[in-house]
Amino acid sequence: MDFNHTEERRMLADSLRRSLERGADWAALAELGVLGALFTEDEGGFGGQGFDIAVVFEELGRAGASAPVLEAGLAGGLLADAGRADLVEQVIAGTLKVTLAHSEPGLRYDLGPITTSAASGTVTGRKSFVTNADGADRLVVSALEDGAVALFLVDPKSEGVSLHTTPALMGGTISEVTLDRAPAERLGLAETLETRLAAATLAVCADALGAMETAKAMTLDYLRTRKQFGVPIGKFQALQHRMADVAIEIEMARSAVINLAGHLSDAAPTRDRHVSATKNLTARAAHLVAEEAIQMHGGIAMTEEYALSDISRRLFAVDHRFGDEDWHLARFIRLSA
Amino acid sequence: MDLNYTEEEVAFRDAVRSFLKTQLPEEIARKGAEARPLTKADYDLWHSRLNEAGYLAGSWPKKFGGAEWSAVQKHIFEEESALAHAPRIVPFGVAMLAPVLQAFGSKEQQDYYLPRILSGEDWWCQGYSEPGAGSDLASLKTRAVREGDHYIVNGQKTWTTLGQYANKIFCLVRTGTEGKPQEGISFLLIDMDTPGIEVRPIILIDGVHEVNEVWFTDVKVPVENLVGKENEGWTYAKYLLTHERTGIAGVGFATAGLQSLKRIAKTEMQNGRPLAEDPFFAARLARIEIDLMAMATFNLRTVAGADAGKAPGAESSMLKVRGSILRQQINDLARRAIGPWAQPFVSEQLEGNLYHPGPDHAARATNTYLNNRKISIYGGSNEVQRGIITKAILGL
Repeated sequence: MDFNHTEERRMLADSLRRSLERGADWAALAELGVLGALFTEDEGGFGGQGFDIAVVFEELGRAGASAPVLEAGLAGGLLADAGRADLVEQVIAGTLKVTLAHSEPGLRYDLGPITTSAASGTVTGRKSFVTNADGADRLVVSALEDGAVALFLVDPKSEGVSLHTTPALMGGTISEVTLDRAPAERLGLAETLETRLAAATLAVCADALGAMETAKAMTLDYLRTRKQFGVPIGKFQALQHRMADVAIEIEMARSAVINLAGHLSDAAPTRDRHVSATKNLTARAAHLVAEEAIQMHGGIAMTEEYALSDISRRLFAVDHRFGDEDWHLARFIRLSA
Repeated sequence: MDLNYTEEEVAFRDAVRSFLKTQLPEEIARKGAEARPLTKADYDLWHSRLNEAGYLAGSWPKKFGGAEWSAVQKHIFEEESALAHAPRIVPFGVAMLAPVLQAFGSKEQQDYYLPRILSGEDWWCQGYSEPGAGSDLASLKTRAVREGDHYIVNGQKTWTTLGQYANKIFCLVRTGTEGKPQEGISFLLIDMDTPGIEVRPIILIDGVHEVNEVWFTDVKVPVENLVGKENEGWTYAKYLLTHERTGIAGVGFATAGLQSLKRIAKTEMQNGRPLAEDPFFAARLARIEIDLMAMATFNLRTVAGADAGKAPGAESSMLKVRGSILRQQINDLARRAIGPWAQPFVSEQLEGNLYHPGPDHAARATNTYLNNRKISIYGGSNEVQRGIITKAILGL
């Protein structure tokens, strides 16, 4: 039993943290190996294990970064599964930005049934909640082909593709994508979608963990410096005990992230039971921490200008990505039966 | 990162399992599973079996005849014992007094008392809390006044767990009134047979005689029964409180409790289906199981950290708070699971039939729920623990 990260992972986390503090751009992240850490050696990377994903996304969440790293791992992973080493190489180098377009209106968090369909080199349908699509070079689109779900590569700038894009609650952007006989290159059947979504869910949870640490640090700082009634408000027991509970729940979330990272390569039923356990607990912790951070800060936390607002929104968004607390609780119950 | 036990740890776990399988009497395990109170004979028998196998002094240093278990080994032993429904090791002698004597006791005290703790010749109880000194332990008032070769002790201790079985008590007593309250406290070893000691039972809310009041009226205690130095007992008391903390999360108890809760939920019926399939009950149960999965890892992270030479210190306060809440939630759900069978309240201390009319699994669920309200109160209430977290970890 060993709860220490390897030297390599610690170094990656440290240098990523410093780079993000300096405002690293996309090229700098790629240069640092952030994208390579999401892929196995066979795929052309140098990581790809649960704990590689966990350390990278904890730092991205801590910094509140909105770079499309999760998208690179998820859509890039599907490209690797389709045997497209040529494209994965570009993803790892940071020269090809990709994102997955799978969900559709009305599905909520379910993976299917989808209705987007493929015919003679084109795809037609509507895709929802596609993150960071506006800056992407290619979309990985799921569509029905003879009743089976297959994946296709689509250029978002090509004719037949239109995006309705807004800022996203978690940072970055989110788009509704309409595909009308959009030219599409077939990648293969979507057999590994759940495996890649398991890794992406770990990424969201680790990201949330980092964001919770930032919310905690900001709140502690505020409790030490903000004075009311002549003393720092951190001297009030009512706030101290709430803060102690926040610290405890963050340690629970950290433990849950470790559990999922350690079981990410297990067979699907065990893996998915851990996915749902960790996502359920992390989502609960994330909104508790965000709500408590706002309450303990008081009015200042309600302002857009104060940096906590980004972090709070990011934490509230955890519930809404890849299944919320209740969706995963129900799934955990099914998988435990 | 590696969530698996090492080969050595697996071998240790297997040895503990096979010991429990062959040496734990079925009757005692059944009492444990049904959460029925154990007799002194049950405790004594288990104590001697553990001692024969070398498990009793597992955490003791080798030079005192121990096995110097790592924190992970200690965790494995506690978890396996709980899952087998073995009695917990009564901690007062083995896990509380012994480390204090090993660190601060005289050679004579070590040579005399330590073997008697292992053999079971002495059953120790703890004289810390007083009616006016709970969370604020340093405000204790039981006085010991030196007269020649003796201390004369007067006062009252309370919440003395299993004091009715004990022949010895280690006490914090006030020997000085100068300076801060912590500065005038001494650590005394007292024979329960000494004239002037009276033990009065306290029946708890679950109807069980588990704790006692111990009254001291002009009790003569030889000065050689002082541990360490006069007026420095607070240091030893704190050492004792922080020493035995790997089991503080109660993960083993929680795991065993969850297992039995799942069995109940498969047997009890609601709307013609097993309760386990009721969506509201299933949701409550699943949330607890998810929390326990994280709690187990949280506990092991802390334990493994202590092994690597990091101080477990204030992190164990986090484990205590979260672990006690989780165990209480499990007990609460077991109480809900037995439904209306929670109403017949069987207690040896109340008049009436001693046989619960419901299914076996319902007989003690309410009593256990009631009894375990204590775990967020004793050993420093959860509010005291949050205070420790605030100062030691958060720096507020």
